[in-house]
Amino acid sequence: MTELTPIENLSYEQAYAELEAIVAALESDQRPLDEAIALFERGQALTQRCSSLLDQAELKVRMLNGESLSNGSDEA
Amino acid sequence: MPLFQPYSLTVSEVTRYLRQLLEGDELLQELWVEGEVCNLSRPASGHIYFSLKDSSAVLRCVIWRSTAQRLRCRLQDGEAYQVHGSIGVYEAGGQYQLYVDQVRSAGEGALYLEFMRLKARLEAEGLFDIERKRPIPAWPRCIGLVTSPSGAALQDMLNTLRRRFPLAEVILAPTAVQGEGAPEAIAHALEQINAIAHPDVILLARGGGSLEDLWAFNDERVAYAVAASPAPVITGIGHETDFTIADFVADLRAPTPTAAAELATPDKEDLRAELVERAAGLARGLGNVLFVHRWRLDGARGRLKTLSPLGQIQQKRLRLDDAARRAFQAVEYHLSLQTALLSGVKLHLGALSPFAVLSRGYAIVTREDEAALVKQVSDVAPGDKLRVRVSDGVFGAQVTQPDE
Repeated sequence: MTELTPIENLSYEQAYAELEAIVAALESDQRPLDEAIALFERGQALTQRCSSLLDQAELKVRMLNGESLSNGSDEA
Repeated sequence: MPLFQPYSLTVSEVTRYLRQLLEGDELLQELWVEGEVCNLSRPASGHIYFSLKDSSAVLRCVIWRSTAQRLRCRLQDGEAYQVHGSIGVYEAGGQYQLYVDQVRSAGEGALYLEFMRLKARLEAEGLFDIERKRPIPAWPRCIGLVTSPSGAALQDMLNTLRRRFPLAEVILAPTAVQGEGAPEAIAHALEQINAIAHPDVILLARGGGSLEDLWAFNDERVAYAVAASPAPVITGIGHETDFTIADFVADLRAPTPTAAAELATPDKEDLRAELVERAAGLARGLGNVLFVHRWRLDGARGRLKTLSPLGQIQQKRLRLDDAARRAFQAVEYHLSLQTALLSGVKLHLGALSPFAVLSRGYAIVTREDEAALVKQVSDVAPGDKLRVRVSDGVFGAQVTQPDE
């Protein structure tokens, strides 16, 4: 997996929405086998993506500083 | 002394009667009383005893410990207060008194009136209308916090957001939340965070405090700023029981800052569970597709078998074998029929054979030299040799004399 693969650029929300669509498509219509397998593989990659996003996510906190945003980590 | 004196009540009976009288009175069960506190006493039991007085009367008051613990304002001797409660009778002491459940300072009383006036006005302006409430996004990418940078509320919210939904980005717009200038500061922070960070949702929060501490959130400038915010606003101000004007204007009101953070976000653990469910759905979906394809394949394979040249040869061979078997059966049947007929004919023939007569004692005589049968005496002369056939064989004979 390289950083150029599009799936790595998806946000959790995007990846999850696509995953839901794939599951719905696989469950409802009949499609050629190779297409179905490709969908399944894409779905698996999306699941992975979501899962690792959840695992690695760290809340980003920034602070309004006048007119600009500072990377304020004001953990007390 | 008359034998029967007028009937006298016991002290208890009188007291109980008075108690029923007072405690059955609606006005006395639900009233605000204003006066100056005196004789304040706080024994170890935790209950608070005091009297309220004005220039010409005194009213004994009690605050039970459970109520005393959640009172926001601390009573002081000589200060004026408004207290709320119900009148009851303390039978053992022979006293009526006010059982207090709410206390506010005289100043607070004035604030309360102001609060009610502003609330009525903003309500009339439509600021609280249900149609104004915007939905809270299910997946906030960016969450704006408008609160004090040093308050416990901020830490509570950050902890909750970190635990539930660390995928979000949080922008803090620090502001004073109490004191002079706090309403303007809050309104300004709301404007700024919308203009600069464009958050998906804003949490407007402050930890618990006295009515005066929360007063900035009852300011019309804050109310208008909440109403004007492009992003939906969730308020988490004070404790469960506190309602501020900002709460009424907000798109959603949470009882505390922590609860506001919870209402703004999905929970990570729920997301994980959903993800597992989707992964299962994915496998199920592929399983179904595979099943259908395999089923179709089996059907096609069956049809192919019957349609292929080899299949057709096999079909023909089967038919041929069948025909051969039936032909063979027919021949066999025919043969056995003929055999049966033949043996019947044989029997019949036997009955007609001349040889069959021999067994009854007849003989067939032929000349020895020729096969001709001897039928008449004239056929033979003396000395002729003959052959005589009887039932079990043939013997020779010689003619002695013809007998005519």
